[in-house]
This record gives sequence, structure tokens and C-alpha cells, in this order.
Amino acid sequence: MSRTIGAVLRVAVLAALVAFLAAPARFAPLFAPLAPPGAPAIYDQGDLASLAAAHLAIVCCAALASTVVAVGLALFVTRGAGVQFLPLSRALVNFGQTFPPVAVLAIAVPLVGFGEKPTLIALFAYGLLPIFENTLAGIRACPPALLEAASGMGMNGRQRLLGVELPLAMPLILEGVQLSLAVNVGTATIGSTVAAKGLGEVIIAGLLSNNDAFILQGGLATGLMAVLLHEAVALLRRRIR
Amino acid sequence: MAAPRRLDLAGLRRLDPLGTMLVLAGLVAARLPFVIDKANRIVPGDPRPLFEVVPWTAACGCALALLVAGVAALAVRAPGARLAVAVLALAALAFALGAAGDALTPAGNRVVRIAPGAAFWVLAALLGVLAADALARLAPGPAARVLALLLTVLSTGIALASGHFDHVSVMREYAVNADRFTHEAWRHVALAFGSLGAAMVVALPVGLVCHRMPRLRAAVIAALNVVQTVPAIALFGILMAPLGALAAALPAAAHLGVAGIGAAPALLALFLYALLPIVANTVAGLAGVSPAAVEAARGMGMTRGQILAGVEFVLALPVILSGVRIALVQNLGLVTVAALIGAGGFGTFVFQGIGQAAIDLVLLGAIPTVALAFGCAVLLDASIEAMQRGRA
Repeated sequence: MSRTIGAVLRVAVLAALVAFLAAPARFAPLFAPLAPPGAPAIYDQGDLASLAAAHLAIVCCAALASTVVAVGLALFVTRGAGVQFLPLSRALVNFGQTFPPVAVLAIAVPLVGFGEKPTLIALFAYGLLPIFENTLAGIRACPPALLEAASGMGMNGRQRLLGVELPLAMPLILEGVQLSLAVNVGTATIGSTVAAKGLGEVIIAGLLSNNDAFILQGGLATGLMAVLLHEAVALLRRRIR
Repeated sequence: MAAPRRLDLAGLRRLDPLGTMLVLAGLVAARLPFVIDKANRIVPGDPRPLFEVVPWTAACGCALALLVAGVAALAVRAPGARLAVAVLALAALAFALGAAGDALTPAGNRVVRIAPGAAFWVLAALLGVLAADALARLAPGPAARVLALLLTVLSTGIALASGHFDHVSVMREYAVNADRFTHEAWRHVALAFGSLGAAMVVALPVGLVCHRMPRLRAAVIAALNVVQTVPAIALFGILMAPLGALAAALPAAAHLGVAGIGAAPALLALFLYALLPIVANTVAGLAGVSPAAVEAARGMGMTRGQILAGVEFVLALPVILSGVRIALVQNLGLVTVAALIGAGGFGTFVFQGIGQAAIDLVLLGAIPTVALAFGCAVLLDASIEAMQRGRA
């Protein structure tokens, strides 16, 4: 019962977001009370759908890159010669977590210039941490008896990794991806302060012109996007279970 | 011919793998410019190598310290020794940077900026990794970690106060902004800790209620999760309107400092963001209290209130505190964003720096933010661990 309600709710949220992005002008009456007199109620300095697409693209690209690197790193430090790097990698991840995203962004700008690149770098770096931690936790949670049984069946290291360890760790890895996606959707809005294309543009335009309608539009669209991405990965998690 | 070759291979295998990586990276980095000599704060500037800009005694000293660190990274196993050489080399590197600033700045010139170059940053990062690895292997206890943090803060403070770094670009920006820096620093701390304190006052009882009523728990956690998905700049912006309206409608509220822009919406937003980690960890901590302990307390004739305050909260405290740590680190970072709505804090320098393309100003905001968050994390982690050790 509650499962159907959840599914209906998800579809409704998705439909609302798509409808708003496809034809934002139809929603003008909803936002009009928030806009200052005479100001536009709907963001008019760019196409909302393409901004949202750029936002989604930058978040997903960064998440994909951080997933590949973080999972690879976690696998490296849990086997063979990599084990001696385990304490160091944990210390670095702990330190990295105290780095505010704005600082990463601000430090990346002088290195690579304004635009999408510093945002991608900041999102990538920030997304590494939860995925790395969760992959590590997932792999360490594999029961040793199971691994021994796999070896006993004649599986070599690679087969054990692909056939036993990774599948068992997958739910936790995906949880890390979920976390990093949620953080990244919000952080990407800050990217607009360094001229990356995205929904942050709408929010900042609202802050600059004192137009609450813009702020709410940008905030709602990014918030809904974060919820939908979370649900999409949750769906994947349920599928593999 | 074959024998010495095999010996060589054996020798190579005995080299520390991390040390080998660090030394190779360091050799590449040493060829990069040590400082950037800029005619003023926004022009690109000329790259200059170490031996060109520092008096040769200082340059040799720095190179020697780096060499020792490199050899130790390759061949020494004892983590204590590795930590010591890494710290010494970091100090030498910093000293050389200050010396370069002094040497390249014409007397009385306040426009020239001597910024640390790629070689400085990369070498400092490599030495940092060496030190972090040694520390991770030493695994010092909570008291030792706090002591190390205090020593670091103290020695950094003395080094900066000594004036040796006054001609380095970031310190130049500090000299220009000294009054504002103190003000924004307090602002940053007040916003982060003020919102955290308010969040704790609310989140602990809410967590307790959620623990006792599982039906409520799912709804509360879900609602707080939704709050977390709203991007910080949007939440700051959205809160500006109602607070502005409140200030306009209630002169008393305006008198208290409630306003549409500035600290009020920032505090409220940070408060909302801090709720989730504390509530979630309070619930998890209370759920982890063993029923046997509660039963025993009841058997001793303790009242419900005594059990809650004296047993359940005490046992749940480490988990609750790790929630507080997450919230505090998150808040210290998010305050930076609050500068966009005029709330102040170190973010003011970061965004001004981005706006003026002045990287030194960005660093003046970013470095203290990271240092503050890291210091707080070390302190809280140490106290959580001390608490758990006391129990075990």
C-alpha cells in the first residue's frame, strides 16, 4: 500500500518538475505574488529547461567520475600491495571531509579558470568521500567465511572480487552514490558564482534583483532534482537486491 | 654481472612504495616555479625558481631539509622519524617562502605581491601526505592529538606574528584587511556555533521523542532530509522574504536584529541544516543503548527521569556527539555561502576574491575556513574517542 503511494508520489514529483521546466510560463500565476511589482514572475534571462539539463549533466558527470575513482581507490587499498595505503587514505578522506565545497570551488578557479571546469572539479572531489567510505565499509562487511568458501570453490582473486565482494558491497556503494549526488545537486548551484551554467543562475539572479520568485523557482527545481536522483538510485538499489 | 643486478632489485623492493611515489612527484614539482612575482595583486606575474629568489644559505637549508625528508620517505620505516622530518621540511619550506617574500619585495613597496608558486603548494602537499601517513601509522591517542593540534596552532601563530611572512601575498591581503578579518572571523564562528547551539536545544528533545515514538520518527527524518536537499543559497534566499516581512511588521523583532538580509536568515537556515544530523544520531544513539542497562537502572530504583539523564543519554553521548561533529563541520562550511546574502564570515573574502580575480583574497577566506573546520573536527573526534575509551 505505502509502496504504491510512494511510486505515485515519485511519478507526480517527476511530472511536476518536467511540466514546470517545459512550460514555466504556465506557472507564472503561482509565483507572481512573490515577485516585486513589475518584475517578471518567471526567470526570463535564459531557458529553464536547458539550465536544468546543464545542471543535471554537470552533477551526473562529476558523480560518474567520482564513483569510478572512489570505488577503484577503495578496491586498491583493500587488497595486495595497496593495503599499506589504507591508513593514509582514511586520514586523507577524513581531512577532505572538512573542506567546504566553496573553498574547493574557489581554489579551483585560479587553476582552471571560470566556467564549468572548476565546478566539475569541486563536485568530483567532494563526491569522492562518501563513495570511498561506503565502498570500504561494504567490502569490509563481507564475511570472511564467504570469501574462504569462494576460494575453496576455486575462484581466483578477480572472480572473487567481481562475483562475491562487489555484489555484496553494491547496496552500500550505491548509498554512497546517493549521498554524493544529493550533496552535489546543491553544491552545483554555488558553481553559478563562477559562471558555470546551471540552476544556481536563477537563484543568484533572484538574490541580485531581490526577486523571491526566482529564488524559489531555482530552489524548488534543484530540490526536486535532488529528491528524484535519490529515488532513482534507490530504485536501482531495490532492483539489485 | 648478474649478482649485483639482483641485489639492486632487492634494494628497490625494500624502498617504501608511498615514499617512492612522493619522491618522484617531488622531483617533478621541484622544477615548477617556487614563487610567483606579481607587480600587483591581479596581474598574472612571473614564475621564479627557489635558488633565484632566496639567499643561498636559506635555499640550501630548504633543499637539504627536503632531501632529508625524501631519503627518510624512501628508506626509513619508523613513523615517528618520518613525521619529524616531514614537519621539519614543511617548516623549512615555509621559511624559504617568507625569505623569498622579503628578498623580492623592494623596500617600502606595498603593491608587489609574492605569491606561493606551484612548487611550494605541491611540495607542501606531498610533505603533508608524508606526515599524515606517519600520523595514521602512529595512531596517537586523543590527548596526543589535541596536544599536536595545540602545538600546530601555537607555532603557526608565532610564525605569522613574527613578521617573517609579512611580504607573502596572502599576508599582504591580511594586512590590508586586518580589522575586517577579525570581525569576519568572529562572525563566522558566531554564526556556525550559534546555529549549532540552537539546533542542539531543539534536536535533542526531538530526537528523544522520535526514539520513543517510532511512527513519528520516519516523518521527522523524512522532513529534515527534504530540508537538506534544498541548496544553501536557495534556502538563504527563501528565508530572506519572511524575515524581512517579520522585521517590517514587528519593530521589536527588527530591534533584536531580525532582518531580511544578513545574519538572521543565515542563522535560521544553518539551524535547519544542523537539525538532521543531530536528530538522526540522537535517535541512533538512544536506540543503541542496551535494554539490560536500562533494566539494571530500573532495578536500582532510579526514576524514569534519572534513567534518561543518567543512563540513556550518557550511553548515547558518543553517537550524539558524532552527529554534532557532522553538523558543526557542515555549518562551518556553509557559513561561507552565507556571505552571499550579506551575513559576513570568511566567505566575504572568498566571494570578493572571486569577483576581483584576486586569488590571494580567496585564500585569505578559504584557508582559515578549512583550518577552523579541521581543528573543530579533531577536537570533537578526540573527545568522542576519549569518552569511548573511558568506557571500554
